[in-house]
Amino acid sequence: MSPMNLRQRFYLVEVLTGLGLTAAHFFRNMARHTGRAFGRKGESGAVTIQYPEERRPYSPRLRSLHRLVRREDGSPRCVACMMCETVCPAHCIYIVADEHPNPEIEKVPRRFDIDLGKCVFCGYCVEACPEDAIRMDTGILEFSSYSRGGMIYTKEMLLSLEPAEPTGRPRSPIPIPANRRA
Amino acid sequence: MLIDLAIAFGRVAFVMLFVLNVAALLGWVERKQSAIMQDRIGANRASIFGITALGLFHPLADTLKMLTKEDFRPARADRLLFELAPAVSVFFALVAFASIPFGDTLQVAGRVVPLQAVTLNVGVLYVFAMLSLGVYGVMMAGWSSANNFALLGGQRAAALMISAEIAIGASIMGVVMIHGSLNLMDIVRGQGHLLWGWIPAWGIITQPLAFILFVTAGIAATKRIPFDTPEGESEIIGYFVEYSGMKFGMFLMTDMVETIVLAGLSTSLFLGGWQIPYLFAEGFRFPWGSGISLSPLLVTLLQVGAFVGKVGAVIFVLMLIRWTLPRFRYDQAMRLGWLGLFPLAIANIVLTGLVLAAWGTR
Repeated sequence: MSPMNLRQRFYLVEVLTGLGLTAAHFFRNMARHTGRAFGRKGESGAVTIQYPEERRPYSPRLRSLHRLVRREDGSPRCVACMMCETVCPAHCIYIVADEHPNPEIEKVPRRFDIDLGKCVFCGYCVEACPEDAIRMDTGILEFSSYSRGGMIYTKEMLLSLEPAEPTGRPRSPIPIPANRRA
Repeated sequence: MLIDLAIAFGRVAFVMLFVLNVAALLGWVERKQSAIMQDRIGANRASIFGITALGLFHPLADTLKMLTKEDFRPARADRLLFELAPAVSVFFALVAFASIPFGDTLQVAGRVVPLQAVTLNVGVLYVFAMLSLGVYGVMMAGWSSANNFALLGGQRAAALMISAEIAIGASIMGVVMIHGSLNLMDIVRGQGHLLWGWIPAWGIITQPLAFILFVTAGIAATKRIPFDTPEGESEIIGYFVEYSGMKFGMFLMTDMVETIVLAGLSTSLFLGGWQIPYLFAEGFRFPWGSGISLSPLLVTLLQVGAFVGKVGAVIFVLMLIRWTLPRFRYDQAMRLGWLGLFPLAIANIVLTGLVLAAWGTR
């Protein structure tokens, strides 16, 4: 650090400069707040985003809560090929396969659980899926629970989700596992 | 007799309510002002039936929180001193405002009432005595907590306050010399004179150096940032580590009240107290000859308003300083107090003496 020159060591000038800067911010923001309070359009006096009510737009590439894509008839597009379960580095997907009534389709998952307490949101499951049956585009990020059981999302919950709006705002409500305790 | 009692009660009540209400409001002012300075919004979530009122309910919520928290006392703490310390702190801060005048005189039922809680011939000394006694509360808190960090914090506070108060005492000597009185009312009246017929003789004009020294040392004496080494909220914990609940709240309140006392004192000594330029007892009289005559009651109201406004402005500046400057290191604060402020204050006394001797008194 270079030694301070006389003006800086005298301190008073530097202090007044600093106070001038913060005071300028105060009066500029105060004028903007007052202007908006009286209905004038203009820049906001604060950069705050009031989170639960306002949200930043999310990137379209954001990896958020998974959803299982549905067929026309509402059944899962998933064929229980176990690719995602195999590729998952966190071992958080658990699939139990079942025969599909339609002979054209090989299998269908009887159970498809994702333990979000383990999930690392790497997106490998989405990439591995040959049927484009699992996606991470719901825009839902708020899933917390007081118990580990409350983090396990089942097939029905994942099937009920919709993709997010282009702004990233989630379209479906956050599913809450039945065994989640407040 | 009854009227005298009522008048005395009214004077004290006005000062007490003013100080306590502004102290309660200062928490809100501090939050909101810092937020606006930093391009934020500030606390705005506390609501009563959905009304948030710009976050004005937050001090209320804070107080409720403090009152309902556990009041914990460490097992090895000195019981009496531990309980006494916050009360001592807040008491001396509250009584310090008593001799600060908030207006000229008011005619009530044939009596001339000076508008200050207590009329004291040694008003300046009284305020400083009370502010200095506040250090006992801090030291008691640090010592009685049976905690090494609290003890160190208390000692830092004591050292800082003593070095600051010597600088304060020396810096106001110039003002006292000019007005030849220790009575704050006389000092404020003296500032109503006009220099060369048009400049109001406020302390900030006659004693600019003393004003800067006084405010600097005053901030140090009230232990606020940039001189908050005794507390060091975020890392070096201070003398009130072991306090919780409303006892801790009383230390916070002491902080706020001391800020108000400092603002009131700088207003009285340097910013003309309740004086409005060119406003005299019978109305405005401008140096170019014209004037507006006003009724005595209106004049008094204007003066009280001017005092409150000036105190508010000083508080704004103090908050601005508090939210702008980084903290002085302990040795830097000591160096500034003893090697910076104190010699300058002495030089100011000598200079004022020479000017007064050359010019004649006043």
